Amino acid sequence: MSYLEYNAKTTPAGLRKVLFLNWPLILLLVSVACVGFLMLYSVAGGSASPWVEPQVKRFGMGLFAMFFIAMVPIWFWRNMAVLAYMLSIALLLAVEFFGSVGMGAQRWIDLGFMRLQPSELTKITLVMLLAAYYDWLPRERTSRPMWVLLPVVLILLPTFMVLRQPDLGTSILLMAAGGGVMFLAGVHWAYFAAVIGAGVGLITAVFQGRGTSWQLLKDYQYRRIDTFLDPSTDPLGAGYHITQSKIALGSGGWSGRGFMQGTQSRLNFLPEKHTDFIFTTLAEEFGFVGGVSLLGIYMLIVIFCIAAALATKDRFSSLVIMGISLTFFLFFAVNMSMVMGLAPVVGVPLPLVSYGGSVMLVLLAAFGLVQSAHVHRPR
Amino acid sequence: MRRNPKELETTNRTLSRRALLLGGIQLVFAGGLAMRMRHLQVDQADQFRLLAEENRINIRLLAPARGEIFDRNGIAIARNFPSYRIIIVPEDAGDVDKVINDLSRLIDIDPKDLERAIAEMRRSPPFLPVTLADQIDWEDISKVAVNAPALPGITPEVGLARIYPRRADFAHVVGYVGPVSDYDLSQIEDPEPILRIPRFQIGKVGFEAKREDVLRGKAGAKRVEVNATGRVMRELDRRDGVSGADMQLTVDAELQGYVQARLGNESASAVVIDCENGDLRAIASAPSFDPNLFVRGISVADYRELTENTYRPLANKSVQGTYPPGSTFKMIVALAALEEGIIGPEETVWCPGYLEVAGRRFHCWKRGGHGNVDLNNSLKRSCDVYYYDLALKVGIDKISAMAQRMGLGIRHDLPMSAVASGLTPTKEWKNRNRGEDWLIGDTANASIGQGYMLASPMQLAVMTARLATGRSVTPRLIKSIDGIEQPGGAGESMGLNENNLRTLRRGMYSVSNDRRGTGYGSRIIEETMRMAGKSGTSQVRNITAAERAAGVVRNSDLPWERRDHALFVSFAPFDNPKFAIAVIVEHGGGGSTAAAPIVRDVMLQALYGGTPPLDAYPKKDRNRIRAQQERLERERPERMHEASDRA
Repeated sequence: MSYLEYNAKTTPAGLRKVLFLNWPLILLLVSVACVGFLMLYSVAGGSASPWVEPQVKRFGMGLFAMFFIAMVPIWFWRNMAVLAYMLSIALLLAVEFFGSVGMGAQRWIDLGFMRLQPSELTKITLVMLLAAYYDWLPRERTSRPMWVLLPVVLILLPTFMVLRQPDLGTSILLMAAGGGVMFLAGVHWAYFAAVIGAGVGLITAVFQGRGTSWQLLKDYQYRRIDTFLDPSTDPLGAGYHITQSKIALGSGGWSGRGFMQGTQSRLNFLPEKHTDFIFTTLAEEFGFVGGVSLLGIYMLIVIFCIAAALATKDRFSSLVIMGISLTFFLFFAVNMSMVMGLAPVVGVPLPLVSYGGSVMLVLLAAFGLVQSAHVHRPR
Repeated sequence: MRRNPKELETTNRTLSRRALLLGGIQLVFAGGLAMRMRHLQVDQADQFRLLAEENRINIRLLAPARGEIFDRNGIAIARNFPSYRIIIVPEDAGDVDKVINDLSRLIDIDPKDLERAIAEMRRSPPFLPVTLADQIDWEDISKVAVNAPALPGITPEVGLARIYPRRADFAHVVGYVGPVSDYDLSQIEDPEPILRIPRFQIGKVGFEAKREDVLRGKAGAKRVEVNATGRVMRELDRRDGVSGADMQLTVDAELQGYVQARLGNESASAVVIDCENGDLRAIASAPSFDPNLFVRGISVADYRELTENTYRPLANKSVQGTYPPGSTFKMIVALAALEEGIIGPEETVWCPGYLEVAGRRFHCWKRGGHGNVDLNNSLKRSCDVYYYDLALKVGIDKISAMAQRMGLGIRHDLPMSAVASGLTPTKEWKNRNRGEDWLIGDTANASIGQGYMLASPMQLAVMTARLATGRSVTPRLIKSIDGIEQPGGAGESMGLNENNLRTLRRGMYSVSNDRRGTGYGSRIIEETMRMAGKSGTSQVRNITAAERAAGVVRNSDLPWERRDHALFVSFAPFDNPKFAIAVIVEHGGGGSTAAAPIVRDVMLQALYGGTPPLDAYPKKDRNRIRAQQERLERERPERMHEASDRA
């Protein structure tokens, strides 16, 4: 029983909860999604099919899920954290298993109405589990080696499973978000210094190991790093994409070419122009003003989350809200860096804008948790 | 867990502090992103704007020509033919419905193709071309070309389509190609961009799929200048792709065609292997199907007909089907015993019609028994009791080891789909896989090629070739790639005692040429082409003691799927083995009556390199054989593009 449940009586009950939702946050999320619909409409050459329609439907479903999750008290979700984590590990295993039997390099499970990527689900359940763990762990143990090792294992387990799929983008996100929650929980900074040191060592090892029998990444992943470091090595492959992406972005100028007037993103120079590279279309058609506005809305969402996290006295709630906002931040930060040629192409979508069901549904569900923590905060 | 408020205060203070710190870092990072955006979009905007203006050059992939497949004499098995298709760009067409309507008044469009095209148009952005009709003939294409001004957005295109001129003859060997599916893409890690070309064709099964690596070739590219809406203005330059390598198979198309016709509508398989170098001269599996159906996209009705047929036309019985080898396995048991020095060829065993093993009666196929039998007689008359007795003396592990040396129970590496390894059981195998101990009765069953023993027709042909030559002949399917001869499979000497092999070969000779041999009815009388063989009849049911007492039901009175499999293996000429053949007729009844005649016909066809003279057959068979030859000639299936058949 935690501090929070003693105060349960002071939280709103029944439908009155709707009034206590963090409405500005919801408004921000909806506006980001609308930007997404507009861009998908534009990329399809001014047509609702093939992308806008399903995307709107999924967003509707996601909103519904968000409201549902928000109505359920946050302490219920805290109690579910271990179960949710185990479920997502089991789903990852299932993908791994069926993948090896005959479905190839597949990352999703077919639910009938949509394909769920367990790796997306894991991003949230990992944050939940770590938050619940630090809520449970007495403060004085936070920085003891054994109690630091356990969450590290809990982070690395799904990270390696995702890395094997192979999905480099998601594994980076998992590690960063997990590490972020540990940092917030108050683990001694020396551990992070050590990990960063080791990370530098690992990167050295990755490059040293190339071409030997123990090389750590797939050949094509090395090629992506190569082309990131020097796009001219592969002008028709991945380097081409980075160059084209920058051209599209840059040609947008201050205020862009206008809605549906972009030429670069429209001319099939870019792959995945409706998913990972959708930001180029926005930046080309709405220019610097449009790009910065989207970035601003994103940052407002993050700031609203941090404010919500600071406002609640419940440890689990703050950690979950912070963890989720950090994950969200990582999504758009990595995606934008990638599109602007600041990071290698690792395949991370622009949250709530890129076409794709799993990410959208999982993110909205996550914001459902944020809302639940907000509604049920001790007053 | 209960905590005092004071402790809570400190932890929350840490959390808040770090949350603010993290928030700060995030803000700084976002600021960095904004700076970068400013750098690209404001500072460098002019430069990129200029690049974008120049960036009207689009790269389009060009599909390479797929490697063609020929038989050993250069007869085409798989070719590429120009095929015309009609594509539509919805954006350019404007009123798509009207344009399609106009077009369908001009030429016939398959309603199914149309439906698929409309669905595809709905899924993809309007500036991407969609194929409206495929495999259009020249006349229709010219009609469309003439009326082009009235049909906005419609373009005729020429491409290459795969055809299999020999139709069903090579369906199981070569397989077929089809358009890349989403499932195919999900199978491949980091797929080549070329696979994303709409309707690009890749090998789906058989040789086409197994040697996709060599057959596909490398994509070319052309650079085209496009205008602001993506329409192609002109082609700047093009780099043609590298065509896939042409392949020559060891198979003889004429022989293959004959074998396939000879098997007819039986559920059967025949494999002809060259004893000298392991070349597979024919690998037939019947019934077969026309692979051209799959290239165009098979209709649901046709496909259902193939999958629901009890004779399983889609299965490649020659390498993928495994059967109890029956009595054709007896040579292995005899060879193992001879090599171990356990018996001599003259030693006899008394056959009273059964042998009592561990309290159970194992029957000989001949109820009355064969009396005193020596090795030669045991093969000639296929006495089961002799082999029960022999196997118990040798032991299953040595028998299985010999079987593997002769090419059974191991996977021969052939570029075909689902090549089976069969099974040569050992004590350890049964323990591991069935969790039971090996029983002495299992050995008795194995000695006559029943029980757990399984082999494919291809493996039986290899076994026969190895018996005939004493060398470890290995099957070979690819004769040459792009004109470069591939290594043969003549094999090294296996180090078996030549006397033992000679004894066995003489036994097999008696099977076919001794009046009392089981294969005597299907002998060859041409002196230079005498055949040596062994029949096999393998049960697919258990005969209970009660059934045996009541008299075993005759095969022809049983429903088809419970009848015995008929097998015959053979090599010829006896003095100088050239070909080894294995034939199995599923549920065909007796090996000597159902399989042996096929083996003889195929053997003569192979040795003569065409229709054999009737003199090679015994006198009383000649009228029947002549009628059969005439019938097969009449029924020879029509071939596609006969004139351009040869390379």
